[in-house]
Amino acid sequence: MPKKYETPLLDELEKGPFPSFVTEIKKAAARSDMAADELGQLEKSYRDKRGYWKHGGIVGVRGYGGGVIGRYSSLADQFPNVANFHTVRINCTSGFFYTSKFLKEACDIWDKYGSGLTNLHGSTGDFVLLGTNTENLEPIFAEFSSRGWDLGGSGSALRTPSCCVGPARCEWSNIDTLGITYACTQEFQDEMHRPAFPYKFKIKTAGCAVDCIASIARADLSIIGTWKGKIATDQAEVANYAKKGMKIQEEIVNRCPSKCMSYDGKELKIDDDNCVRCMHCIAKMTKALKPTGEKGATILMGSKAPFVIGATLSWVIVPFMKLEEPYDELKDLIRKMWEFWDEYGKNRERIGELVIRKGMREFLEFVGIDPVPQQVKEPRRDPFFFWTEADLQK
Amino acid sequence: MEKAEVAQKIYELVEKSTGKKKLKSSDIQKTISADLSITRDDVKAALRDLVDEGKLIYTYFGGSFIEIPPK
Repeated sequence: MPKKYETPLLDELEKGPFPSFVTEIKKAAARSDMAADELGQLEKSYRDKRGYWKHGGIVGVRGYGGGVIGRYSSLADQFPNVANFHTVRINCTSGFFYTSKFLKEACDIWDKYGSGLTNLHGSTGDFVLLGTNTENLEPIFAEFSSRGWDLGGSGSALRTPSCCVGPARCEWSNIDTLGITYACTQEFQDEMHRPAFPYKFKIKTAGCAVDCIASIARADLSIIGTWKGKIATDQAEVANYAKKGMKIQEEIVNRCPSKCMSYDGKELKIDDDNCVRCMHCIAKMTKALKPTGEKGATILMGSKAPFVIGATLSWVIVPFMKLEEPYDELKDLIRKMWEFWDEYGKNRERIGELVIRKGMREFLEFVGIDPVPQQVKEPRRDPFFFWTEADLQK
Repeated sequence: MEKAEVAQKIYELVEKSTGKKKLKSSDIQKTISADLSITRDDVKAALRDLVDEGKLIYTYFGGSFIEIPPK
């Protein structure tokens, strides 16, 4: 296909040693009118310093309330092939494991029905296919579902749960992140495909506090693997790290957030009672340090990007939950959280924002969790303490 | 109450609010379950049938809503 648009501004973004999204869109544009018009509209956006996309509306496959994000050009007359340029989300696998066979099939389907462009995994976690028109949505869904795949979540619904690679490829995972994500995906199909929440709800599971999936920053429910026992220390390996040039005092001890470590040049000591299980020392000295004892997860809630209020990080609600199949305790907690949100949440209010508005105390009472010190997020932030009638009678 | 009757009530509620207020699934569940003294699960089941049949659809306008499909 001949070049359709001149793109001097985008061409600038092909310079330099690193891969360029412009180069990839140009490759797709050589075979796809949609990708060509996407390129043309993007060049115009760069020139005019404004975006020309609208999103939302009435688009999807029958029976589903999510999985397709309607995307429309406000310059449909100039770029008719992207008049509709919808995004399709395919439910990702736990840990994002795919066979090369699936990837080839997915690309063939997308070349046939879409723009040929994908950014694989968006920040949502889903397998993301970029740009198709409304008529092709049902055939795309039929192609994927006939191969055992399903749409992911979008809109005011449970978004496709996602997790780090966990025990499949990491020795530090304290929980079966893949199993938990799979169990939640199977359990909450209705909540994912038939939006009924005030707004979106994301579950992300990380095997340890290194948090490779960034659950603490971008999930309404963050599940982070932890342990109850001591950190086992191999002093010979500590000595090896020092011998190889690691500055243990500066790089490990001084960076311990709870200052529970000491090093005298020979022996590394850890006061486990004051350890907050941040994983910094273990991740740095993988051969010398190892968590021991009972494994489980810390459950946190409420992180999100800026919207009604600014960006928030997740807040501990259960310091330690033993997570074993069939994960009933976790599922029950999630349902109680949704019940609270359904009862009090406003339209477009994330659950974390609701808890900030109503108060953690009310939330904990509703879901039936006892208050514990680990839930204190910002000590002494609020000088007021409100006693209830029940407290006064005690 | 028969599922079809519940579905009819849901459809009437959505039809009545068309052009006035966009209804979320939870609005419908709360209203119909209270009006008919049935569980929210019963309402959800009937709503699911209506969507599967294409009589109602999900839309997204800054949030997900249930609406009658455009003609």
